[in-house]
Amino acid sequence: MTREIREIAVVAFAQTGHRRTSEELSEVEMLMPVLHDVLARTGLKAGDIGFTCSGSSDYLAGRAFSFTMALDGVGAWPPISESHVETDGAWALYEAWVKLLTGEAETALVYAYGKTSPGDVREVLTRQLDPYYVAPLWPDSVALAALQARALIDAGLTDERELAAIAARSRTAAAANPHAQLRGATPPGDPLVAPLRTGDCPPIGDGAAAVVLAAGDTARRLCDRPAWIRGLDHRIEAHSLGVRDLTDSPSTRLAAERAGAFELPVDTAELHAPFTSQEVVLRRALKLDLPGAEEVRINPSGGALAANPVMAAGLIRLGEAAARIQRGESDRALAHATSGPCLQQNLVAVLEGDAQ
Amino acid sequence: MPEVLKAPLAVEFPFTRSLGPVQSAFLTGLRERVVLGVKTVDSRTLVPPVEYDPVTAEELRDLVEVAPTGTVTTWAWNHHPRRGQPLGTPFAWVLVRLDGADTALLHALDAPGQDAVHTGMRVRVRWAEERTGAITDIACFEPYDGEPAQRTGHTGEFEDAVTGIVAAARLDYTYSPGRAQSAYLHALSGRRTVGERCPSCRKVYVPPRGACPTCGVATSEQVEVGPRGTVTTFCIVNIKAKNLDIEVPYVYAHIALDGADLALHARIGGMPYDQVRMGLRVEPVWTEGARFPDHYRPTGEPDAEYDTYKELL
Ligand SMILES: [Zn+2]
Repeated sequence: MTREIREIAVVAFAQTGHRRTSEELSEVEMLMPVLHDVLARTGLKAGDIGFTCSGSSDYLAGRAFSFTMALDGVGAWPPISESHVETDGAWALYEAWVKLLTGEAETALVYAYGKTSPGDVREVLTRQLDPYYVAPLWPDSVALAALQARALIDAGLTDERELAAIAARSRTAAAANPHAQLRGATPPGDPLVAPLRTGDCPPIGDGAAAVVLAAGDTARRLCDRPAWIRGLDHRIEAHSLGVRDLTDSPSTRLAAERAGAFELPVDTAELHAPFTSQEVVLRRALKLDLPGAEEVRINPSGGALAANPVMAAGLIRLGEAAARIQRGESDRALAHATSGPCLQQNLVAVLEGDAQ
Repeated sequence: MPEVLKAPLAVEFPFTRSLGPVQSAFLTGLRERVVLGVKTVDSRTLVPPVEYDPVTAEELRDLVEVAPTGTVTTWAWNHHPRRGQPLGTPFAWVLVRLDGADTALLHALDAPGQDAVHTGMRVRVRWAEERTGAITDIACFEPYDGEPAQRTGHTGEFEDAVTGIVAAARLDYTYSPGRAQSAYLHALSGRRTVGERCPSCRKVYVPPRGACPTCGVATSEQVEVGPRGTVTTFCIVNIKAKNLDIEVPYVYAHIALDGADLALHARIGGMPYDQVRMGLRVEPVWTEGARFPDHYRPTGEPDAEYDTYKELL
């Protein structure tokens, strides 16, 4: 089957400096400078954008309908074409990509924000679990990731030394990323929920990110080197943890296949692995551990271990990969986003730049 | 920069959830100290049981009893138990494959320390003393070194099956309102109402939220408005709100304060409810120690002309 796919690219990316708290700012006050920044990079005004889509969760800050307040920062009058997803902004990007594929819009603004500092994010995330059998036990996000880490260690697929090395590599890379919250290697730290130590876990913080998508010649006009989306797909695992093989991520592998990730080698992979052990799972699922893949730069931004504004951290992976292509530092990059406990849902994008 | 305002905010809700037939049988079983699984089309037994096959999405109804003993498939040591979790002292989170099941159940394992826990260890259910038909009817698991426990041969049919659960949930936050609303609240504590003007369209927002929703730019120029204003529209409240000591009926109104381009809302007092009208001129009434006006009352001025507030409706 041949299919005519409209060419769509990421043409701009912006993000906050991610911090432990942004208590002096409301959500829209935190988000708005990022929206202005990303639009300024393209020369577009809010009114020029064909479709706007955002990702966030009201549970993080405990503010009902906070996403409608955040729209104040866009300038949504006269009424704009707009949508929202209650998950990571990477899925908002997916919706915007589909909208552009239909030809109903030429450009899209995608943004995401997470303000976890007002609440206890480990506790908040328990509310996304099965409400009948799991949520009443209040298993926090670190505990569930630790069950997955133990399964990997038991299976001989990793050990605590390798996990510590992943943390060190990520945060050392983040030293060159002015937006990261943890910049420079940190000690492994104390056990938090063993086998995971504090160093294996992401920092808790607030932040926002935004990208602009554009189609075909519009993308070429707005950007010197657009990051073309060659493939984009997302898949989900069964929701019960005890049904899954926690050492593997078949949904990531399938999404990558459907996105065309295995057709040609990539030079960069931005993986959304909030916990060190999850990078081990993802590298296996994405065949980044196979011979020949040693050259792939994994998380040159530092990844979610260096800054993890929940609901934005996945979109940031796509933005970072695209920015690398725009800067000419990558020609073909894979970007991954996840949502839910133990890599429940996974999204994979393949981005390419035109020949340099 | 003024100090950041903060206040505790608790979001609490008793979620009432109805159960499907498989969930109902499983949770009723726990109440009766029986653990049920469900058979899939390819003869796997899922515990905890679900209504639909996670692979084929086929409806599942074939209940089968499994043992209250099983094997740990993975675990994690919880050094610092948190609110709501099954045990108050350090414990292991475990996935347990019960004898007779093909999948694992998440719960807590009571063990003296992490040296006493390993993958593959044998455990058994410790039942809660009071059971209601909930996952917490399993208090936790405990170490066990015997043979698989005998099953009772239960069919999964119960008298008086539970049909729903009430899951209480509470999350605690520290609310901080941000720059613009903090400035507004600081000014209110001095009995002044201060909005912010949009640098682009010049509209004055009260209360300010930090951005002009029309232009998408930050507001920053502070503008004192009021204290008097005009009722633009109103409603008559006839139902007494819980925890609110106000006699019904009363009037709740949109009030455009003089100098503001957006109406705020407040209660109207100081006159019979059935005499409140559009265009009525009002002023705030403060009570001692309050951080915001208790209500607004008529000023006695002539009513405002409709044309002066029609854009603010
Ligand atoms: Zn304006």
